[in-house]
Amino acid sequence: MEKEHKHNLIPYGTYFLVWLSLISLTVLTVSVAGVDFGRIALFLALTIAAIKSTLVINYFMHIKFDQPIFKFFLAVALATLATIFILTSTDVFFR
Amino acid sequence: MKSTEVEVVQEKIAEKQQEPSHSEHTHKDFFGAKIGMWLFLFTEMLLFGGLFLAYMVYRLQYSIDFVIAAQDLNLLLGTINTIILLTSSLTMALSIAAIQRGRKALSIFFLLSTIGFALAFLVIKYFEWTAKFHHGIYPNSPELLNKPNGEIIFYGLYYSMTGLHALHVVVGAILLLFMLLFLWRNKIHKEDYIKLENSGLYWHLVDLIWIFLFPLFYLIH
Amino acid sequence: MSNETNSATQLSYLDYKPKKGIWAWLLTTDHKRIGLLYLIGMMIFFWVAVGIGFVMKLEMLTPDQTVVDAQTYNSLFTLHGLIMIFLFIIPGLPAVFGNFFLPIQIGAHDVAFPRLNLLSWYLYIIGGLFALVSLHLQGGPIDTGWTFYVPYSIRTTTNVILPLLGAFILGFSSILTGLNFVTTVHRLRAPGMTFFRLPLFVWALYATAWIQVVATPIVGITILLVVIERVLHIGIFDPALGGDPLLFQHLFWIYSHPAVYIMILPAMGVVSEIIPTFARRTIFGYKVIAFSSLAIALIGYFVWAHHMFTSGMSETARFVFSLLTFLVAVPSGVKVFNWVATLYKGSIELRAPLIYILMFIFLFSIGGLTGLVLGSLATNVHVTDTYFVVAHFHYVMFGGTAIVFFAAMHYWFPKMFGKMYNEKIAIWATPFIFIGFNMLYFTMFILGYQGMPRRYWSYLPEYQELHIISTIGSWILIFGLVIMFSNLIFGLIKGRRADSNPWGGVTLEWQIPSPPPHENFEKIPVIDHGPYDFERFKNENKNEIDRS
Repeated sequence: MEKEHKHNLIPYGTYFLVWLSLISLTVLTVSVAGVDFGRIALFLALTIAAIKSTLVINYFMHIKFDQPIFKFFLAVALATLATIFILTSTDVFFR
Repeated sequence: MKSTEVEVVQEKIAEKQQEPSHSEHTHKDFFGAKIGMWLFLFTEMLLFGGLFLAYMVYRLQYSIDFVIAAQDLNLLLGTINTIILLTSSLTMALSIAAIQRGRKALSIFFLLSTIGFALAFLVIKYFEWTAKFHHGIYPNSPELLNKPNGEIIFYGLYYSMTGLHALHVVVGAILLLFMLLFLWRNKIHKEDYIKLENSGLYWHLVDLIWIFLFPLFYLIH
Repeated sequence: MSNETNSATQLSYLDYKPKKGIWAWLLTTDHKRIGLLYLIGMMIFFWVAVGIGFVMKLEMLTPDQTVVDAQTYNSLFTLHGLIMIFLFIIPGLPAVFGNFFLPIQIGAHDVAFPRLNLLSWYLYIIGGLFALVSLHLQGGPIDTGWTFYVPYSIRTTTNVILPLLGAFILGFSSILTGLNFVTTVHRLRAPGMTFFRLPLFVWALYATAWIQVVATPIVGITILLVVIERVLHIGIFDPALGGDPLLFQHLFWIYSHPAVYIMILPAMGVVSEIIPTFARRTIFGYKVIAFSSLAIALIGYFVWAHHMFTSGMSETARFVFSLLTFLVAVPSGVKVFNWVATLYKGSIELRAPLIYILMFIFLFSIGGLTGLVLGSLATNVHVTDTYFVVAHFHYVMFGGTAIVFFAAMHYWFPKMFGKMYNEKIAIWATPFIFIGFNMLYFTMFILGYQGMPRRYWSYLPEYQELHIISTIGSWILIFGLVIMFSNLIFGLIKGRRADSNPWGGVTLEWQIPSPPPHENFEKIPVIDHGPYDFERFKNENKNEIDRS
């Protein structure tokens, strides 16, 4: 059980790099919010948010370095969320 | 069954037998604890998922009202809070990285900063909300009820979503205070830091939710 | 291992008392004791709800007032549903038999988080108390129906908030149990116990646990929003402020439909345990049954809006959800065929638990097939919100889950308590339950088909004949239940000692003493065979199997 727990230590620098990218993405999303992208504005904002959360999940939450089972679990949870959104859309988008 | 498999299995069982019985709670399954924590995080994700679903339905129905209502939110404070929360996530991760290397003082320093950022987030949130209250915009206020339905719903969602999120920040901060105590008393150390790691996961989830709340409420134009 | 721990592990879990008096129960972290704690709580709530059902049927004896007024009737059907669903059927099998047997069946000492397990029980009791306390407060008992549909639930002056919070807390309890079970199955399987050597009850519990984890939070947030709406008027569910009541129905059924599978999947798992034991042969199509549990859990997530066909959804949604609904029938059908195929050419021993299971297969098939009538758009419009629906879900939930719950009680009773009930009386109770059940609920199919709406306090006189048959059926059913339960309680007090394997079962729980020792296993077993390997078992334990 000890073996499972000791994953490779991630250098402090990596965390700083991730943080830097997160901050730059925040600055980016705020600055482009003023630009009129029309319909894709929401899509753009959500894409940036998705990239940010991927960074947080992979590095800060260690999913990238953890056992595959956690990735699988996360996939189940995200698929559940996606299902809910897609199937509800069949109602609200076609009313 | 092949003989080799039997041997492996018997070795495994010999290991298991040496462990003290479960009722004494001395043996710890770090991997199991982490599975449990992640499953719990999924429930949190879906809890907010329900709210995001409500947001999607109403944003579709009242897209113009949402844009108008969102102009009154303070983008500057929202951005600052985003940066604060992201930074707190960094210090959280660093605190764990420090204890992994056995550096207790550094770990405590980073954990303290995380709690500090959490408080800063809440203070800013407080000013944001009170400013709204002063303008008469709060659930069921006469001012708000005069506005179109879409704006009422926008603020209904705003208050319930950021409110529930703020509640999670409070819970997270309290959790981290306990971890600080455990660190101080050496209950969390280089060989056994699963509690800190799991609290960290919770804290990052709070951050994750905010990452989505922020563009959905503050960045609508 | 020292001598001390050795003697402690050999003591039965009922005799092992690390703490004094009642605290040995209230502070226990032993999964077996927690299972029994749940059983006690559940039986109390079950009989309260049966009592309410009895009064409701009594009221339906005449077209107008018989025993209660209309408002009381509204509260009665709400409470009957709330208690039966949230306090009996949803936690039912996993919390009682799952807690008791999941660790034993996978060869573990306990669940992964024993203290969390105890917390789940306390949450369960607190949630139940919330619901009960709300009855005695000003405003009167809740009258929204167990579905809490808005906008009525935000307008009614009865006590809505407290039972809602109760349901929220119960949801938490359910989540923690699910989380515990998933972790347990992943982490605590005995050496050699691969996933495909797990008993099918464990597979079913595993699939259920996942639904509990990923579906329950949705109803949690829905309930919270209704509470917030009532207190703060945020508008989200209030049509007067622009809210969308259909959104509530979506959110509610996103949980509550998968919840139906939380109710039925563990029951299917129990069936897959009992049938091989009494057919004396391995289950037909082990892997198919295991995967069909996962498939049901998965597809169960895609079909929630078939509860909303007439509530004004888009055409597209109605079409999609009706189509998806038919998919659920496939894995369910697979299971039924596999059970019957297992019985075929088995050396069947018609003991009490198997008789309850056969009753289940009959009743559940009726429930399932009428589900197709409700699942298809065209017929749904005619019978929705009538007694047809009431009959359908009682056939599935009562005829399905509750009957299996009774079967499980009879199957595992000797193991849990080390005593035996009078099997003859247990079998004698079944015709009363079966006949009473069908009189009570089959008439409802006809009533619903003829147009009798559900939840009505009064009705047109032409329905009375069938209502009378139905009410008499309820008396026969309750009579059968009383016989069955008193027989079990009598067996608990006065029953003769049961040996460790009275049925000749081959899963792990039958290989340890009855009642199980505190630590379940003195030595964690090493598994090198599938769960229903009767051939191997016969060769090894010739004497034991011959006893029957």
